[in-house]
Parts: sequence; structure tokens; C-alpha cells
Amino acid sequence: MMTDRIAVDIKVPNQTRYLCLIGHIGENIARTLRDYSGDREKLAFDLNLVLTEAMANAIQHANEGDPAKEVHIEISTVSQRLTIKVFDFGPGFDVEQYIEPRHPLEENGRGIYLIHTIMDEISYNPTDEGHVLEMVMNLN
Amino acid sequence: MNLQIEDKGAAVLLAINEERLDAHNSGELKNQMLKLFEEGKNNLVVDLQAVRFVDSSGLGALVSGFKNASSRNGNLKLSGLQLQVKSMFELTRLHRVFEIYTDSAEALASFQQ
Repeated sequence: MMTDRIAVDIKVPNQTRYLCLIGHIGENIARTLRDYSGDREKLAFDLNLVLTEAMANAIQHANEGDPAKEVHIEISTVSQRLTIKVFDFGPGFDVEQYIEPRHPLEENGRGIYLIHTIMDEISYNPTDEGHVLEMVMNLN
Repeated sequence: MNLQIEDKGAAVLLAINEERLDAHNSGELKNQMLKLFEEGKNNLVVDLQAVRFVDSSGLGALVSGFKNASSRNGNLKLSGLQLQVKSMFELTRLHRVFEIYTDSAEALASFQQ
């Protein structure tokens, strides 16, 4: 069986106006994957959400809202594993603190919880220039 | 943000005519709701019929509106949730916080009882 490899590498300004663009790329990947037998519309929503949340986190918490900075995103699928990496160029934030569900009346802090619920693996590690949030979903 | 605000008497209807309610536009919704609260309009219906995507910032703006309305003895009710949007409310247990109606007419009628 042929397995297609997809690799997308994107850099956008550290601005929320680009969330829509990144989210739509996630949706389109979900609709285009060759070997996926699950609910594609659910996958499209989930990838849109994960990319939106991860990028919004990078903009607001890691890059400290500086519009001159950049967010770098890599999306790849290899052997039924979909990996999303979101690189930021800032001081980072404490991911562990946000993994548990928030009280329903809390206004903030749900992004990482949502990512953690949807994806199979999540890690946040330092790089030479900042940090990378790495998220993996098993597609089969 | 394309937001249609209409005073319906018992409540103010806010129809969000956007495909996405996310970190880019949720601040604007929050500010519009604060303006209404300052005018003494404490009963709101937020109609999400056109919205097919909401993120945690969008949910946060609605929670903020709900808390502000409640603290002023009012209420913020929701209508027109698409399937995927509804599942976001369930995932975050917010479906237990908000009164959710099928459409805006039903939500507005609930304020008149």
C-alpha cells in the first residue's frame, strides 16, 4: 500500500489575524489525507482547533504579543502519525500547569487542555531560539 | 467583527455573523457585551448560528459575558450552536453553565416567561 508523506512548513507574523489561515490549512490536510477511515469533518475541526490554540498560545504567552516576532509551524504525516510542531521565539510558559480542565467559569487557560484532549502526545521543549510545542496524533 | 445587535425588549440579541469566534475577534465581542452591560442591558442572547468554529478565547469571552450578566441579575443565553461548536461546550463542561436553545426566537421567548 502506498503511504503519502505530507510536510508543510509555515512562518507567519506573531499576530492573531493569521490564526484563520493556519486553522484552514489543518482542515484541508484532514480532508486530503489518503488513508484515513475516521470522521474527516471531526478531524478537520480538531486540527483547526489544535493549530489555532497552539498558535494563539505562542502569540500571547511565549512571544509576549510582540507583532514583530514570528511563529513557525511544521505539520507532517509519516506512517499514520501526524505531527504538529509550533516554534516560538520567546521565554516560554509552563504547559503542565494547563493540562487539567479548568473550572467552567474560568475565562482563560483552556487551550492546552483542549490540545491535550485531542492529541495523543504533547511535549514542550526548549530550542536554541525559544521553545517548541510538539503534538502527535495517531491516525489509525 | 460582523456583529448584529438588536434590542428585542426583554433581551438584546447579538448575532455573530462570522465563521470563526477565536482569539482574533473574541475581544471585540467581550467589549460589545461590556458596553451593553454599562447601558443596563443585562439580558443577552448570543446567536452562534453562523459560527462553525470556536476556540478557547471565544469560549472565554462568552463565559465573561455570562458572569457579568449574572452579577447584574441578568442572564446570557446561547442559540443556534452547530454540532462541532456544541461539542466544544461539552468538552469544556460549559453546556452545564449556559442555557442553550435551538434558535434565537426560542432563546428570546425564554426571557419573556
